[in-house]
Amino acid sequence: MSAPLLEVRHLRVEFPTRRGTLLALDDINFEIAPGEVLGVVGESGAGKSLTGAAIIGLLEPPGRIAGGEIRLAGQRIDNLPYEQMRAIRGRRIGAIFQDPLTSLNPLYTIGRQLTETILTHLPVSAEEARARAIRLLQETGIPAAKQRLEQYPHQFSGGMRQRVVIALALAAEPELIVADEPTTALDVSIQAQIISLLKRLCKEHGAAVMLVTHDMGVIAETCDRVAVMYAGRIGEIGPVHEVIHHPAHPYTAGLMGSIPAMDDTRERLLQIDGAMPRLNAIPAGCAFNPRCPKVMDRCRRERPELIGAGRTRAACWLHAQESFK
Amino acid sequence: MSPLVKVDDLAKTFDVSAPWLNRVLERKPRQFVHAVDGVSFSIHKGKTLALVGESGCGKSTVARLLVGLYEPTRGAVFFDGQDTGILKSSAANLRSLRRRMQMIFQDPYASLNPRWKVLDIIAEPLREHGLFSDDAGMRAKVGELLRSVGLASADMEKFPHQFSGGQRQRISIARALATQPEFLVCDEPTSALDVSVQAQVLNIMKDLQRQQSLTYLFISHNLAVVRHVSDQVGVMYLGRLVELADKIELFARPRHPYTRMLLDAIPDIHMSGSSRTPVQGEVPNPLNPPAGCAFHPRCPHADARCSAERPAMIEVQRVRVACHAVEEGRI
Repeated sequence: MSAPLLEVRHLRVEFPTRRGTLLALDDINFEIAPGEVLGVVGESGAGKSLTGAAIIGLLEPPGRIAGGEIRLAGQRIDNLPYEQMRAIRGRRIGAIFQDPLTSLNPLYTIGRQLTETILTHLPVSAEEARARAIRLLQETGIPAAKQRLEQYPHQFSGGMRQRVVIALALAAEPELIVADEPTTALDVSIQAQIISLLKRLCKEHGAAVMLVTHDMGVIAETCDRVAVMYAGRIGEIGPVHEVIHHPAHPYTAGLMGSIPAMDDTRERLLQIDGAMPRLNAIPAGCAFNPRCPKVMDRCRRERPELIGAGRTRAACWLHAQESFK
Repeated sequence: MSPLVKVDDLAKTFDVSAPWLNRVLERKPRQFVHAVDGVSFSIHKGKTLALVGESGCGKSTVARLLVGLYEPTRGAVFFDGQDTGILKSSAANLRSLRRRMQMIFQDPYASLNPRWKVLDIIAEPLREHGLFSDDAGMRAKVGELLRSVGLASADMEKFPHQFSGGQRQRISIARALATQPEFLVCDEPTSALDVSVQAQVLNIMKDLQRQQSLTYLFISHNLAVVRHVSDQVGVMYLGRLVELADKIELFARPRHPYTRMLLDAIPDIHMSGSSRTPVQGEVPNPLNPPAGCAFHPRCPHADARCSAERPAMIEVQRVRVACHAVEEGRI
């Protein structure tokens, strides 16, 4: 395997509050290879969006990185001064957010927003930037790109806006795209269009993608590998097919079983009782232990690290025993 | 057996014209949205009809028309054989009708009063319908309702903010069940929930349906969820029902091109790595829907007749579908 494009090591994100410090992300470890698509999946509050925000250096204060490091192509980016990080964001790491209406400025034309991004990051003339903007819009499948450049975001439909946002993210040919729930705000028919567009364009431009979503179907179709998050930690990480069909962590297994699939005939869905703990009440040991059907004594005392389990890696003591025997 | 709920040519038009002064000064025309346009279906007791479609297709408007939150512009809703439009003229009849049908809303954060205790929230319909006069009986009933949705009786002393999203949705279900209704209208009841919590809520809804032989109208945009809960499925597009069929039939052999497109568009977890060719185009503006069949600009099978003539609902092998291509046997 080639050197990873993005390396996240022991990442820890804290939120200081009046009632003590909340640990929102705890010991997150993963890497993304050049051109790879990594899915990050989890339920609300699991910390998947925060992981994305930490990587692009857009943590909302008072949240802060309290430990660990993030490297982009070997270079540390988690401790860069604001101005240097600004030069990387947009240029080397592109971002796509959930709501295309809030990520576009309503007062500027689409063309101005695109050319501004291109001129900020690339050494090109104004005409070249404009030509490039038109090309980008055409690539994202927007008809009459030249005329559309003069229009404002409100003149675009939701799906078209998200196409513009993808064009913006790709404008400076970044090596990595962090896409946070890019299709959640869209209807299913549009969602399918946007996902296949994102997949195709990133492949053509050679960009790696970190795709944050709660929709396992989107992950299954798009990603090479997937990380499943639970209560601020990674519970399991591995190739998509393995994680879906042979989940090693009981939480992953429960999550997969709770999704109604198009071809299943079950009368009842598998359900994990209870809910994910709040950040101020994360249980000792494995955070999943109160809901886990296979809980053991050790799970209540000791916290598991990611352990090799078949072809995936899971933070679960079940697999430690297996390798021990 | 006659159906419990029957909807006949239901339509709702909203006036979205500019204010009077603007119309006069700027000569803007009056504008109307045909949110629901000629929808007919029926639901038998103990069964679930699901309505699916993308945003703006009018599915929530149908839900609101059924429980009487909107007045229909045209058509009628029959409940247990009686025309609700006529029943509404008498206050006593309306009251008993309201007791028999209840609604569950999408967002459990918005549908529960944050200043009320759970006890008061669930007891409100009981008080309103005068079903309990003594306090002790009321508390016992609320406790029983909470247990039936998997919560504890002691939870009645808490406030909504002390519950998670899934628990709040169960409180709304308990409230809807308080008056022992026969018919529940569920408008996207799990769309705001995470998948593992969604599974809990769907399981509870199915259990309750079996125990109390409840009848559901289930509104959703998630076809996998619809496939799990429903007996019959209606697919809506721009205010019209385009296909209505048995669940098994609809998912095995979708007739209408729009249904086929929807089924093709959902990413499924068991199709990892597969790539699909998504249908192009977007839902047109409902203010100005295309003539003829509303789906024709996006339809791969459209011809001249589709853009000129609006297809009527026809019945093919117990499946009702509105499509010229199906009628002519072209697809």
